[in-house]
Amino acid sequence: MSKLHKLRNAAATMTELVAGDRAADRVVPPTGFTATLTTFTAGAMAFLAVFALALSLATGRLAERWASELAQTSTVRISAPLEEIEAQTLAAQEVLRTTPGVVRSRIMSEEEQMLLLEPWFGPDLPLEDLPIPRLIEVVEDEEGYDAAGLRLRLAGEAPGAFLDDHTRWRRPLVEAANRLRSLGWIAIALIGLSTAAMITLAARAALAANAQVIRVTRLVGARDVYIARAFVRRFTIRALLGAAVGTIAGCIAVALLPSAADAGAFLTGLGFRGWHWLWPLTIPPLAALVAFWATRSAALRTLNEVT
Amino acid sequence: MIELENVAYSYGGGDLLTDISLRLQAGSFHFLTGPSGAGKSTFLKLCYMELAASKGLVQVFGQDVATLGRDQIAFARRRIGVVHQECQFLDHLSVAENIALPLTVSGKDVAAERQNLADLIGWVGLTKQQNQLPPELSGGERQRAALARAVIMGPDVILADEPTGNVDWEMSQRLMSLLIELNKMGKSVLVATHDLTLIRNTKAQVSARVLRIKDRKLQLAGADL
Repeated sequence: MSKLHKLRNAAATMTELVAGDRAADRVVPPTGFTATLTTFTAGAMAFLAVFALALSLATGRLAERWASELAQTSTVRISAPLEEIEAQTLAAQEVLRTTPGVVRSRIMSEEEQMLLLEPWFGPDLPLEDLPIPRLIEVVEDEEGYDAAGLRLRLAGEAPGAFLDDHTRWRRPLVEAANRLRSLGWIAIALIGLSTAAMITLAARAALAANAQVIRVTRLVGARDVYIARAFVRRFTIRALLGAAVGTIAGCIAVALLPSAADAGAFLTGLGFRGWHWLWPLTIPPLAALVAFWATRSAALRTLNEVT
Repeated sequence: MIELENVAYSYGGGDLLTDISLRLQAGSFHFLTGPSGAGKSTFLKLCYMELAASKGLVQVFGQDVATLGRDQIAFARRRIGVVHQECQFLDHLSVAENIALPLTVSGKDVAAERQNLADLIGWVGLTKQQNQLPPELSGGERQRAALARAVIMGPDVILADEPTGNVDWEMSQRLMSLLIELNKMGKSVLVATHDLTLIRNTKAQVSARVLRIKDRKLQLAGADL
């Protein structure tokens, strides 16, 4: 069969699928357990797909935020004897002020440093009693600065100053977020394939259970595509309905996740924001499309095996 | 219409039919007889392409069956009405829906054919039973429903496999009358049966050739009938 012929058949099946044919639908008797199985599988898979989608979108946002926010900031740490710390801080600031690519720099206040240390040491930290290094926040422009050159100049002017451009820990964080995003998409693909596999099995079971229907309709002149269509329409509609219910349930579950104010951890970002809420709407039609192709190929393959 | 030339059919290593040749012409009436297991049903299945010949040439409506695609076979089957030995119905559909099944599967508008369908159901005497399910019918009623289904598409050829096998004498006469009527309308009819009395009675009403399968071969039956 030529590709054009196959495409024409598929297009005709799609048209019939949308239009429906009550008489043709009645030719295949209702199949109990495969109907329930298909609807349940599509629903469960759609529910999981909503979470995988939420994970992908959230990690994508996270990766972009980490990449953009951290990429343009860095820190100069001054670790020097107490009597030299002021002089070295001033010297380091002077170096930063004259470094091309540095937009501004500022010494972090004791309160800010306290806030940074608080998660590890608690709220009443006697900062003045501890040998805490002085920190200077550096903000760079779009093109950035020459980190190697700046390090050399700092070593000359303020030997206790060390430049930390965040590269060391920013890169693995962004990589981890990107990998999580990829895993989310892989999960969605696996969910799609699993749905196809389950629907194929259910369709084959339905075809086997209706061997007599197939035999009789064939003997009175039914084409394979007609017989396949009766099954395809049924499974596609079941998958669409099941996926719609699963998607709605998944969206409600995502919406009910605790807000950032409640927990403040990574998971609080898991969800949809703004127009991203439209993404789950694609799940039911995609599930129906998967069911359409899975049932159609299973039906035509099975019918081809029967003389 | 249907032509077999030196056809053989083998199954499980043994020949069921060998060297079969027959030309089924328009408007002809044939009986096919032979003992049970002789291969009458197999012969009919070769004619309506449910089985493929192991050797030889089978031509249906001028086309070599071996070269036909699955869709072409389906289209050719719409021109052949088959009455099976074991009436094959879809038990979840009503008698009327079963009779209309060839129309449904060929994409015809069943509603537009409603009057023809009602006439046909009346012709086979099943008007009262048309809304019943097939398991609720008697043997004779099932055979008549099968005949109605076989002719609803206005086929050129009607193949009947032991159509009177499960019915009493009166009903078998009625069924044969219907087949003779169809033959007089120009349809080719081939009836496989082992009921010689039925053949003798029918031959009195219509010009029919009687074929016999003996020793896996097809031969013209002689005066011993």
